[in-house]
Amino acid sequence: MIKLSNISKRYEGASAPVVDGIDMEVGAGEICVLLGPSGCGKTTTLKMINRLIQPSAGKIFIDGRDTDEFEVVELRRQIGYVIQQIGLFPNMTVEENISVVPRLLGWDKTKAKRRAAELLEIVALDPSIYLSRYPKDLSGGQQQRVGVARALATDPPVMLMDEPFGAIDPINRELIQDEFLRIQQQVKKTIMFVSHDIDEAVKMADRIAIFRGGRLEQFDTPDTILARPASPFIAGFVGADRALKRLRLVRAKDALCACECVARVGDSSARAQALLERHGVEQIVLLDAAGKPQGSLGVAELREIEGTLIAAHAKPVSGLARHSDDLRSVISSMFALGQAWLPTVDDEGRFVGYVSQAHIVDMLRLPAEVCA
Amino acid sequence: MKKLLSRCCALFACVAPLEARADSWLASIAQYRSDMIYQSIQQMTMVAIAGGLAIVVAVPLGVYLSRESGKQARFGQALMQALNMGQAVPKLALLALAMSVLGIGRWPSIFALWVATLLPIVLNTLEGLRAVPRALIEAATGMGMTPRQVLLRVELPNALYVIFAGIRTALAITVGTAPLAFLVGGGGLGELIFTGIDMNDFPMLLAGAIPTAVLAVLTDVLVGQMQMRLVSRGVTPQR
Repeated sequence: MIKLSNISKRYEGASAPVVDGIDMEVGAGEICVLLGPSGCGKTTTLKMINRLIQPSAGKIFIDGRDTDEFEVVELRRQIGYVIQQIGLFPNMTVEENISVVPRLLGWDKTKAKRRAAELLEIVALDPSIYLSRYPKDLSGGQQQRVGVARALATDPPVMLMDEPFGAIDPINRELIQDEFLRIQQQVKKTIMFVSHDIDEAVKMADRIAIFRGGRLEQFDTPDTILARPASPFIAGFVGADRALKRLRLVRAKDALCACECVARVGDSSARAQALLERHGVEQIVLLDAAGKPQGSLGVAELREIEGTLIAAHAKPVSGLARHSDDLRSVISSMFALGQAWLPTVDDEGRFVGYVSQAHIVDMLRLPAEVCA
Repeated sequence: MKKLLSRCCALFACVAPLEARADSWLASIAQYRSDMIYQSIQQMTMVAIAGGLAIVVAVPLGVYLSRESGKQARFGQALMQALNMGQAVPKLALLALAMSVLGIGRWPSIFALWVATLLPIVLNTLEGLRAVPRALIEAATGMGMTPRQVLLRVELPNALYVIFAGIRTALAITVGTAPLAFLVGGGGLGELIFTGIDMNDFPMLLAGAIPTAVLAVLTDVLVGQMQMRLVSRGVTPQR
């Protein structure tokens, strides 16, 4: 969808190029985070895509078309653009701000207004309240939601975001990131996203491009970058706790084990004991007819029960993981509860399997040469 | 008690003639009514022409000076120097200079008023435009506005509050300076004021001075109202 082919930028009189021979390609519907320390050329690279900065050499293609073929304002109107300072126009209401590009493209006023209301709904702001407000009446987080809505106004296939959440306090940043990912699920834009925050990159990106001194150091999925950083610089940049950061990338449903090791209300005690023995575990989860966990049973308790199991036999389970939780939060609750495993349930509360510490450790183990 | 009463009577005896004098003053000011009206109109016409022309010239000039490019910047600096010097010249001297070049009458007065009004508007236009955050211009450009659209839809509306402040200051100067026009044959309320001074005729002087003050206040209120109407609520600090 976006293809950069040997892009360079050198300012007149400067000895070294700011951006040096970048080659990369971002697929449709992907979020690509450009990551690196300040002055590494990531923002310059981003601005060359909508030609706010003209490349010295190389070509950029969007959807197969050379961006040089476009009239420059036409090109920019087709690309959503969000900047760190948000850049809402203080003289315009929220509605007018969102309608800027639609009006530039000649939409009539009612259509633009309808679209603005629709977009405010998407970014979780009530149109009846916020359409007529001015930017100065909004909090920083609300302003950036409007900034995102404005970039989405004409439903452009490509969006460029220059540290969009950088100026927002940490609590609201988490919220707006989650919100943005939810919106992206619906709209499926191809997004270039500049950040200097590795955690943000790992959370948002389908692919991360790490820049250093104007060169592309590594361009890969977040998991690969964390698991196999291509150079000591990247290893240092992503941090010594990179294995822990990987936990965020895996959902509980992808780390399940021993799904068949369960007892159901009505099963015989003997069968449950046999299962425990076969899987070599100490406890088994008891499910009701709907598949919802009722509690757990240990070997000692099972021995005392004769005949069939009923819900009253089980000790209540101390904690559950949800299948959509990431492993970081699952591990965190394991540590808090002092447990080595947690039963995991789906959205309806039905049991889907276990997440265990031993299994996670296995999953995340790196090949020996990377650990060194 | 008797003493007190007599004192009160004495005080009243002192005040009563004053009251009578105030009445007679009002009456003697009122006798200039037709002059006041005629000269007010004359003076405000000059103010309107000079002020209007100043706005029409100064705002585009300020916009031009705010565009940065090499050659223009040098020219801009020279122009600003000239305007600053123009501001330093006393208004009366300005009138005298205008008269020596353009002769006597209305137009030299209008010219001098125009020059005096120019600078605050140019300065405020320039400062207002410079104060528009770079991020707004970058966002506007990045969204696909042409430079002209950026100027008209983003820069000027956001600078408008400061530009209006300049216009307000400028017009206050013009209205205040306008009576001097009489000295170069431009007419206006200066006729009553200066003649009043010369003839030591206090009511005549007041007949010129009071309308001048009232007109200055009215002008300020009018421009203030325009500022409220025309400047977006989003860029007005106190709203």
